[in-house]
Amino acid sequence: MTTIPLEAYLVISTLMFFTGVYGFLARRNMLTILMSLELMLNAADINFAAFNRYLYPGQQDGMFFTLFAIGIAAAETAVAIAIIINIYRNLKNISVDEVNKMKF
Amino acid sequence: MMSFTVLIVVLPFLMFLFLGLMDSKLKPAVAGLLGTIGLATVAILSYITAYLYFFQVGKVEHVWQPITALNFNWLQVTEKLHIDLGVLLDPISVVMLLVVSTVSLMVHIFSLGYMHGEKGFQRYYALLSLFSFSMLGLVVATNIFQMYIFWELVGVSSYSLIGFYYTKPSAVAASKKAFIVTRFADMFFLIGILVLSYYTGTFSFAELCNPTGPVLGTTIGDTFMGWSVVSWAMMLIFMGGAGKSAMLPFHIWLPDAMEGPTPVSALIHAATMVVAGVFLVARFFPVYYFGAPEVLTIISYIGAVTAIFAAIIACTQTDIKRVLAFSTISQIAFMITSLGVSNYGGEHGLGYMASMFHLFTHAFFKSLLFLGAGAVIHAVHSNEMKDMGGLRKFLPITNITFLIACLSIAGIPPFSGFFSKDEIMVAAFEKDKIIFGILYFTAGLTAFYMFRLYYRIFWGESDKHYHHTPHEGGLNSMTIPLIFLALLTFVIGFIPFGKFVSSNGEPFETSVNWLVASLSVGVGVVGILIATVMYLKKNSKPETMEAALKPLYKASYHKFWFDEAWLFATKQIVFARISKPIAWFDRHIVDGFMNALSTATNWTSRKIKVVQSGEIQDYALAFFVGALTIAAMVLFL
Repeated sequence: MTTIPLEAYLVISTLMFFTGVYGFLARRNMLTILMSLELMLNAADINFAAFNRYLYPGQQDGMFFTLFAIGIAAAETAVAIAIIINIYRNLKNISVDEVNKMKF
Repeated sequence: MMSFTVLIVVLPFLMFLFLGLMDSKLKPAVAGLLGTIGLATVAILSYITAYLYFFQVGKVEHVWQPITALNFNWLQVTEKLHIDLGVLLDPISVVMLLVVSTVSLMVHIFSLGYMHGEKGFQRYYALLSLFSFSMLGLVVATNIFQMYIFWELVGVSSYSLIGFYYTKPSAVAASKKAFIVTRFADMFFLIGILVLSYYTGTFSFAELCNPTGPVLGTTIGDTFMGWSVVSWAMMLIFMGGAGKSAMLPFHIWLPDAMEGPTPVSALIHAATMVVAGVFLVARFFPVYYFGAPEVLTIISYIGAVTAIFAAIIACTQTDIKRVLAFSTISQIAFMITSLGVSNYGGEHGLGYMASMFHLFTHAFFKSLLFLGAGAVIHAVHSNEMKDMGGLRKFLPITNITFLIACLSIAGIPPFSGFFSKDEIMVAAFEKDKIIFGILYFTAGLTAFYMFRLYYRIFWGESDKHYHHTPHEGGLNSMTIPLIFLALLTFVIGFIPFGKFVSSNGEPFETSVNWLVASLSVGVGVVGILIATVMYLKKNSKPETMEAALKPLYKASYHKFWFDEAWLFATKQIVFARISKPIAWFDRHIVDGFMNALSTATNWTSRKIKVVQSGEIQDYALAFFVGALTIAAMVLFL
C-alpha cells in the first residue's frame, strides 16, 4: 500500500484555510462568516493530526489538541450563534456591515 | 519660678478662641465683660511679672539679666535648624508687657462704652484678644523666628481690626493697604532673618546679641557690595521694622488705618503695634552697634527726616485722627532716631534708654489722646475739625485729660513726655548736631499742631450749634480710662528709667541737662503760644498764613504726594511695565506652548480616528495582512 505523503494533507489544509480566510473577509452574512471560521479551525486541526502522525508517531499530543480544538469550536459556535440570533432580533438582519456601531 | 508668665500670652489666645467660636450665643455685654476680665487678668499677671523681675530676680550683681522663663523646641527641622517658642524676660520685654497689657486693658474698658450697640461687638472683642495675644507673644519672643511669627500675627489682627466696618469700602481699602504695605516691608525682614541666621547659624536672641559671644565674630570678613553681611541683614531687618513703625517711605498705611474704630487706633496704631519696629531695633541693638554701625547712622537719619516730615503734615490735616496719626509717626521717629544716635553701655547708651522711655510714656499719652479723640467723635459723630469747636463746655473730663496729654507730648514739665523727649534731645545733642536741630524744630512743630488740634476741638467757635447736645455722662466706662491714663501721664515721667533699662543692663543715673531742657521747653512754649494766637478764638490769621505759605501748605495738605508717588510706582511702573509683560509672556508663550501641544494632539487624533471604522472585516483584513507580513519577515529576513 502506497502511503499518502504529508504534503497532500498540507495542501488540503492550506486550501481549506485560505478558503476560510476569503470567506471571512468577503462574505456579508454572519452565518457564512461563522462557517468560514470553522473551515480555518478545521484546517488547523488537520495540520495537528497530520504532523503528529508523520513526525512523532509514538506520541498523542497533536491528537489531543485536535480533540480540544473541536470541543472548543463547538462551544464557540454556540456562543456565536446566540449572539447572531440576538442581533437578528434587534436589527432584523444578520449582515455584518450593519453592525458597525462600535467605533469612536 | 517665672514660668507662669506663659499665661500672659496664652490667656488672650484662649479668650480669642472662646469669643470667636461662641458665635452670637453670648449677649454683647457678657462678651465685652469676659474679654475685659480676661485682659485684666493678663494685666495683673504682667504687673506681678514686672514686680518679680525688677525687684526680686532680675538683677544679679548690679546688672539686669535676661531670664528665659520658658523655651521649648517647636519645630526641629535639622539638628542645627530648629524653631523654638518661649518667654524671654529682660528689662525691655517687661516694660513692653506693662505697656501692652495696660493700654489694652484701658482700650477694652473704653470700648465697652464706645462700641456699645455696634454690630459685631463680640467679634470686636475676639479680635482685640487676638491682637493682645500676638503683641504679647512678640515682645517676649526668645528668638527671631518666634518674633517673626507673632509679627505677622500682629499684622493680621491689625488688618481685621482696621477693616472692622467691612461694609464700608474705605475701611476695606485701608485694611488692604495696611496689610500689603507692611507685608511688603516684612518681605525684607524675612530675607534679613534668613541672611543673618544663615551666616550665624542661630535664631536665638541670646546668642545673636551677646557682644562678646562668638556669633558677632564669625561673620567678619564676608562682605557684599562694600558692606558686611551683618550690615545687609540688619538693614533688611530694619526695613521690616520701618514697615510696621511707619517710617519713610512705608508710612503711607498708618493715616489710612484710622478707618478702624478709634479705640483700636489707640491700641494698635498709637501705643503698641507701631512701636514694634522700635522694639525690634532695641532688641537687636548690640548687633547694630557692633556689627552694623553704618546702618545705625542711616536709621538715625531716616528717623529724623520722618519726624519732621510727619510733623509738617500734621499741621495741615483737618481730620483729628489723621493729625494724631501723623503725630504718632513723628513720635515713633523720635524713638528710632534716639536708638540711632545711641552708644553702647551704661550712661553712654543714653539714647537707647531714652528711646524705651519715650516708647513707654508715649504709649500712655498717645492712647489717652486717641481715646479722647474717640470720646469727641462719639459725642459729635464726625472726624472733621470743622464740625467741632467749643466742646470744653460739653465734655469737661475729656477736655482736661486731652489737655494733659497735649502738654505731655509738647514736652512741658512735669508731664511724662517732657522727661523722655528731653533725654532723646540730650542723646542727639551729644552725638550729632544736625539731628538735634531737626528734632528741636520738630518738637516746636509738635507743640504747635497738638495745640492747633486742641483749640479747634475744645475752643475756637465757642457758640457753635450742635444738633444733638454732646455729652459724656460723668464717670463711666469711657471717662475712667481717660482719667487713669491722665494720672499715669502725670506720674510715670518721674520714674528713674535709667535704673531699669539700659543698653547693656548696667543701671545708671540720668541727670538733667539744663541747657537742652530749657531749650526744648522754650520751643514747646513758643509752639503753644503761636497755636494760641492763631486758634484760641476764631480769626483770619490761619487763612493769612495759609496764603503766605501757599506751596508749603499745599504740599503738606497733600502729604507731600507720597501716596500718589507710591501709586505711580506700583501702577505705572510695576504693574504696567513689569507685571503686564510678564502676564503677556505667561498667557501667550507659556500657555501658548501648552495649548499648541494639545491642539496638535487633537488634530492628529481627528485625522487618524477614521481607521477605527467599526467594520469587523476591515480589522480582520488588517490583522491578516499584518500576520502575513510578520510571517514573511520571519521566513525571508
